[in-house]
Amino acid sequence: MGSPDAHRAVEAVWRIESARLIAGLARTVRDVGLAEDLAQEALVAALEQWPKDGVPDNPGAWLMATAKHGGIDRLRHQRMARRKHEQLGRELELDRGGADPDLAAAADDHIGDDMLSLVFTTCHPLLPTQARVALTLRMMGGLTTKEIARAFLVPEPTLAQRIVRAKKTLAEAELPFEVPPPDELDERLASVLEVIYLVFNEGYSATAGDDLMRPGLVEDALRLGRMLAELTPREPEVHGLVALMEIQASRTRARVGSEGEPVLLADQDRGRWDWVLVGRGLKALDRAEALGGEPGPYRLQAAIAACHARARTPEQTDWTRIAGLYDQLAFVTGSPVVELNRAVALAQAFGPETGLALVDELTSEPALEGYHLLPSVRGELLARLARYDEARAELERAAELTNNRPEREQLAERARSLPSEPRETAL
Amino acid sequence: MRFMVMVKANEDSEAGVMPTEAQLAEMGEFNEEMVKAGVLLAGEGLHPTSKGARVKFSGDQRTVVDGPFTETKELIAGYWLIQVKSREEAIEWMKRCPNPGPGESEIEIRQVFEADDFGDEFTPELREQEERLRAQAEKNA
Repeated sequence: MGSPDAHRAVEAVWRIESARLIAGLARTVRDVGLAEDLAQEALVAALEQWPKDGVPDNPGAWLMATAKHGGIDRLRHQRMARRKHEQLGRELELDRGGADPDLAAAADDHIGDDMLSLVFTTCHPLLPTQARVALTLRMMGGLTTKEIARAFLVPEPTLAQRIVRAKKTLAEAELPFEVPPPDELDERLASVLEVIYLVFNEGYSATAGDDLMRPGLVEDALRLGRMLAELTPREPEVHGLVALMEIQASRTRARVGSEGEPVLLADQDRGRWDWVLVGRGLKALDRAEALGGEPGPYRLQAAIAACHARARTPEQTDWTRIAGLYDQLAFVTGSPVVELNRAVALAQAFGPETGLALVDELTSEPALEGYHLLPSVRGELLARLARYDEARAELERAAELTNNRPEREQLAERARSLPSEPRETAL
Repeated sequence: MRFMVMVKANEDSEAGVMPTEAQLAEMGEFNEEMVKAGVLLAGEGLHPTSKGARVKFSGDQRTVVDGPFTETKELIAGYWLIQVKSREEAIEWMKRCPNPGPGESEIEIRQVFEADDFGDEFTPELREQEERLRAQAEKNA
């Protein structure tokens, strides 16, 4: 095994084992930062030894034992850490003592809780969002600092500092290593979902010309979401988020044209959608809906995406259902942008007048001031009603408002292409 | 990256011998590990080739041959589709797979072609369009 191959094998094992390793250590030492330090030391040892000795048969167990030994050594020198030191020692004895199936089973039982406690910690509201993203990708995703830095277009030392500061914040807060209590769970879970979706969107917005780590974030987010869905199978919003991501990701190959230009949903070649991911998304949505309860925003967005995914052609899209879903989503989120999307759906389902009635209400919405999609949508609807002069004015306004050059050109072109209205001339 | 992992057939799988409960449990646990790790995309077992067929092509000619087929070691008994970051990760996962058969067995790991592999070249200018795609993504979502 040549050295670069051996390194890649260690990295591969790391991606598989790191979350479980850190979570298991954190359960013992009750300090996520320390757990990660010990895990990293074990990784260093693996990078030194495995290229020579080969990857061990049970790499996870090797890493855990190595980390615990390291912990014992480290804590030996800290008197205050006597209890942790003893606990690690006890655990190593038990691990060495061999395969007590009951103990192994017990360890397996609580690994789920440990992993959950870990992700709730890496996504803790105490931390700034970017720190939550970095910690989660590192500890749960097994990405290296370098990989995360490249993915987020941030210098590596900056990202490393971000992680150090985050671990310090967590250590100072002396947070219990646990799954949040029921009265906090919804809020804390929302934070985790937000982090995962942020990673997804960062990747989704990357282009093929970018560093490959960037679109890779889509896969990282999907993996994290799927892991979370297995850890919290009874949480509908988790399945909702996974469903949304699977379906959105399914369109990756169809979203971009041959010159890198974006392709609107209605114009996409649906043969290029990834039907494996569509299937997975629809299944995840089923799981969310089977759990019942009031639908949350991720589940609703997933349901909308599913409506598009189920339509073989754009003409077969169930716009009535989509309009109803946007209705619920608007109620749940109170978002004017969602209302705007609802207007588009209403227009598709019931005709442009219906959509326009809602858009007209939104023109006075302060949150949408300066938002180019508002006049853009209004312009389209007016055009469909043959009110071409008004439509042209709106589309030109939309073109002015957008910072995006190709989009500006698209809107200006659309404005120019509208027919002129006949004018009465005074005789 | 995606990999297709193919479990090669053996005499038992070709004879339609069902796995024992213990084997099923072990394989089930392995599958579950992959699900929990978020890497398993799809996977199925395949019926023995006695239920299968082959279509042979020679220019415009087509010939159909019914199974069973004899070269057991080259046949496939099942597959997984997994999503991982590297060939090494696919290998490390599959080292953990329980032996699919009695005695000697084999699985084969093959990378799946994805859009980037087809040699589309993108110019550096297109990096500027990232912002546009972000806006479009919101519009399309």
